[in-house]
Amino acid sequence: MDNLLEVKNLKKYFPIKGGFFRTVVGNVKAVDDVSFVLKKGKTLGVVGESGCGKSTLGRAILRLHEPTSGEVVFEGKDITGLSHEEMVAKRREMQIIFQDPFASLNPRLTVFQIIVEPLEIHEIGTAEERYEKVCSLMDLVGLRRQYMHRYPHEFSGGQRQRIGIARALTMNPKFIVADEPVSALDVSVQSQVLNLIRKLQQEFGISFMFIAHDLAVVQHICDDVAVMYLGRMVEKAKAEDLYKSPKHPYTQALLSAIPQPDPNRHIDRIVLEGDVPSPINPPSGCPFHNRCIHVKEICKAVVPPVINTGTAENEHIVRCHLFSEEEQAKSKGETAKPTAESETTS
Amino acid sequence: MDKNTKLQKAADEHGLSLWKDAWKRLLKNKMAVFSLVVLGLMILACFGAPFISSYDYSQIDYKAFKQAPSSEHIFGTDPTGRDTFTRVLYGGQVSIKIAILCTLISLSIGITYGATAAYAGGRIDNLMMRFVDVMYSLPYMFLVIILMVVFGKNEYILFMAIGAVSWLTMARIVRGQILSLKAKEFIEAARSYGASHATIIFKHLVPNALGTVIVYTTITIPRVILVESFLSFLGLGIQEPNPSWGKLCVDGASVMETAPWLIIFPGLALSITLFCMNFLGDGLRDALDPKMK
Repeated sequence: MDNLLEVKNLKKYFPIKGGFFRTVVGNVKAVDDVSFVLKKGKTLGVVGESGCGKSTLGRAILRLHEPTSGEVVFEGKDITGLSHEEMVAKRREMQIIFQDPFASLNPRLTVFQIIVEPLEIHEIGTAEERYEKVCSLMDLVGLRRQYMHRYPHEFSGGQRQRIGIARALTMNPKFIVADEPVSALDVSVQSQVLNLIRKLQQEFGISFMFIAHDLAVVQHICDDVAVMYLGRMVEKAKAEDLYKSPKHPYTQALLSAIPQPDPNRHIDRIVLEGDVPSPINPPSGCPFHNRCIHVKEICKAVVPPVINTGTAENEHIVRCHLFSEEEQAKSKGETAKPTAESETTS
Repeated sequence: MDKNTKLQKAADEHGLSLWKDAWKRLLKNKMAVFSLVVLGLMILACFGAPFISSYDYSQIDYKAFKQAPSSEHIFGTDPTGRDTFTRVLYGGQVSIKIAILCTLISLSIGITYGATAAYAGGRIDNLMMRFVDVMYSLPYMFLVIILMVVFGKNEYILFMAIGAVSWLTMARIVRGQILSLKAKEFIEAARSYGASHATIIFKHLVPNALGTVIVYTTITIPRVILVESFLSFLGLGIQEPNPSWGKLCVDGASVMETAPWLIIFPGLALSITLFCMNFLGDGLRDALDPKMK
């Protein structure tokens, strides 16, 4: 059993209420039919534009947003059906690091109180043990112990993010959702926090779900990378495979947008037309069809299936009609035809 | 040894720390400390009235009706010959009790109610706040009169009645604050490590709304004191011969031209108290905000 987390057909719809009787008039499909597996000690990067449902996915997995349907299997047990009490106990194992280090810490509590609170809630350890734990966590994330009784506003963004990380680590979780932990930080501070997360992966074997909108950051620390578009996971593969040979046209466009430090290097920038469609009323068929450069008739009508273009062990999952069997067969046929013709003529 | 003291320090600062820290900061604020001392003296004087004044509040001096301040009656006497100094002291007992009790009632109900409504959200919030709207739309005089008639005229029923109508605005203010706070990520963080609803409301939400609550409390205190004097004026509150500051002021106002001391002294006592409470409230608000350090 090396699967820590299995997400099966997870959906999170936010109902839109309207009219006099506040009836449900529509849904925002923030997360729509997402499935993936996360192995122990591995890190999954989730990337996509703003509003594509990355953060909602992370929160739905932790049941901070109650999923609409689907399963979240954590260590072999579906947690979506757990009662409130059972869920509180499970929360020791799964934690979250937030994007905004200024909003994620209670301004009226000292660093010590912030880090120790999870221990108090779960009644772990004596006062002395808790104190020791807080000290060791502060050492681990690189905060000086004498800052223990200071308030969050006395720290810089990077330091506050470390406090948030220390708090997430208090109960030795097995799984952490990192919701854009570095996007609010300066570039120089970003790398410090990323290195800290890397250290946590290596020393403690914690599995991460690393949410970001920056592919370059993800490349640095993730084993697998998933790309989301309009609530759907459109491509998922090993990080090096995804960066080397992106399959989905949307991924290709995203990758072409990574700035290159070398000014002489030529990039074939794929510029997407139009805006992200509204998740309230997503396009029929493939949600990406109205911006895709390879769009075909089938894309407008049929939702593309989940296709594995890699091997069974080394999955490379794409949701795109370009890689469905008929399409593959057709393109093979097209390339085969001219050679056959040339044979007959000769 | 060093480790133990450090541990002790950590244990001490933990739990009580917000209030302990606030206390330390409050002591640095000279105006707040001065107000606290004056208030303390005022309370001591009022509740120690029997030891300070040689008269009783209903005792009539037949030789001195409506007399100006003199060595015998330092604040003068009223038209029935009662010592104003004594009456101001005894009146203070009622007014200070009202200020403290009514404010406590309004604070505890208002904060709990408003915070619960905002935190629960949705239908519960809607129901709870519509109830507040209904209570608002009833004239509070009408409510108080009904309460007084049903439960009888009693000093404490009066306090309860005033408290029961003054929490409504507090509930609305707290709800508004909590609504904006509950969307913050530190609330989500608390949920993510399994904090209970009560912990989230009273440890994470309410302390962050304290600034506004304290400012509003400093407005509530003079209001309840004045409501009491108005009720007494209508014959619903404190009854003769018992005094209260509000009532002394109202009585004094009617003879202001011939005996100004009858309004000056109770008015002064009331103003000084309210003034100190405002300064103390200001100091408390700053002291409770760690960013003001």
